[in-house]
Amino acid sequence: MIEVRELTKRYGKVRAVDGLSFRVEPGRVTGFLGPNGAGKSTTIRAMVGLDRPTSGEVLVDGKRYEDLPRPLTTVGALLDARAVHGGRSVRGHLAGLARSNRLPARRVDELLETVGLASVADKRAKGLSLGMSQRLGIAAALLGDPQTLLLDEPVNGLDPEGVKWVRDLVKRVAGEGRAVLISSHLMSEMALTADHLVVIGRGRLLADTPAHDFITGNSRSYVLIRTPEPERMRDLLAARGVQVDHGPDGSLEAVGTDQKTVGTLAAESRIALYEVTTTTASLEDAFMQFTADSVEYRAEQGAAR
Amino acid sequence: MSSLNAAVDFEWSKVRTVRSMVWSLVLCVALSLALAVVTGAVVRRQYADEPAPSSFDPVSAGFSGLRLGMIGLVVFGVLAVTSEYSTGTIRSSLAAVPRRGVFYAAKMLTGGLAAGAVSCVAVLTSFFLAQATMGEESVSLTDDGVPAALVGAVLFTTLLCLFSMGVAALLRSSVLTMGILMPLFFTVSTILTNVPGVGRAAQFLPDQAGGLALYRHAPDGYVLNAWSGLAVLAAWTAAALGAGYLALRRRDA
Repeated sequence: MIEVRELTKRYGKVRAVDGLSFRVEPGRVTGFLGPNGAGKSTTIRAMVGLDRPTSGEVLVDGKRYEDLPRPLTTVGALLDARAVHGGRSVRGHLAGLARSNRLPARRVDELLETVGLASVADKRAKGLSLGMSQRLGIAAALLGDPQTLLLDEPVNGLDPEGVKWVRDLVKRVAGEGRAVLISSHLMSEMALTADHLVVIGRGRLLADTPAHDFITGNSRSYVLIRTPEPERMRDLLAARGVQVDHGPDGSLEAVGTDQKTVGTLAAESRIALYEVTTTTASLEDAFMQFTADSVEYRAEQGAAR
Repeated sequence: MSSLNAAVDFEWSKVRTVRSMVWSLVLCVALSLALAVVTGAVVRRQYADEPAPSSFDPVSAGFSGLRLGMIGLVVFGVLAVTSEYSTGTIRSSLAAVPRRGVFYAAKMLTGGLAAGAVSCVAVLTSFFLAQATMGEESVSLTDDGVPAALVGAVLFTTLLCLFSMGVAALLRSSVLTMGILMPLFFTVSTILTNVPGVGRAAQFLPDQAGGLALYRHAPDGYVLNAWSGLAVLAAWTAAALGAGYLALRRRDA
């Protein structure tokens, strides 16, 4: 388990992370969301001791990362898939990391099989595609069979098969009772993978909540209605306390009702219906709604430039 | 201690598995040997008919290749440190070995040992090759001042490599580090030594001071001798290693 406590990191005058506190609990996949520059990578780097916090601390199983005798057996991190010496072979890279933490050499070959890199084990890292580099980075994170996995943008550059592989992997790992933190820009992917969400913006905690609650709480689902008599339909619904907005092309968007109610009402009043569709908000919508503040801030900056 | 052992193992595997680092060490030995043979042959021809002047130092002449070959050691030392930063490997390295002191000690120890071993090979083989091809003017291993010069030469090249590693840890960039060290070692300090007034101070530059170890008898006009020169280089090395450590400790990776 990882515990971030009042973490603040300043680069010069910029506060990349500002008094951030949250936990990465075992047994679930925690999605780490935030717009670009929100401080996600800085937070993850502070977790493994690469960045020194300006104040606050990060504890791994109650200890500072630096005080872990064989850190790779406790925390596995994928920070930047390209962080490999291009002249070193795939196997050589993993073998060195294995030595540094006194891990058995056979673990390297096992993992090369697991991540599907066995056939390129002796190729130099600079010949790898981005997707293969990601797999190598994930192999490095899994090397010490850690109880906590930190993955910064792990599906970046992966093909659909690779994306599904990462999704299944993190779910399995969390199912084994381990803690997983995964950051990604791909909201649809996060919606499929994460059980819990930690959302940050401008270095501050915006939400720390189960993924389902976040989506339902931050977005509106509505019933889309197309009919030749929108005015009558709207009055009927409004009379029942349903909020109705005008959608595109003369359609109606009814919030707080369902298809059945709409269909029954229309039948009773002999109104023809061309379409009745329930539109459920995606995590992406919820996220956009939720971080509108931060996005506005970015747009302002862009305009000022 | 076991964590240092593991970290040294890690560093050693990094050296072995990157070709450029292995090649820089091979280059060091190859340059030293090739020029030792050439120098020996030139000396033999030069002094075939007339005896060499009393100022001629066969030990120093035999090390002319080593003076060039040590480029390889400097390149090795700089790459061992800066390639971590240029490739971003430093992040996976420090995630694996998060205690910066252990990481740094392991890197310097590994680099220093590799440089020392390669220096031994380069110094001894180039000495014997040069003396074997030098003919009449050659000296043997047991002659006065020779063993000391050989030991001094190994210490000189090893310390110079460690000095370069310390500077590299401070600067983090191979271009910047090489851009400063190469001219310093191979032109600037030689020029400064020959400028009147500055010359005396220039003797205290790391390569100039340490380089006095390459002579059988210290040349005239120097304030330092072989051992005090090495002591000056050792002080430079300690300062560079200290500065490099502080930089690693204080800065984010």
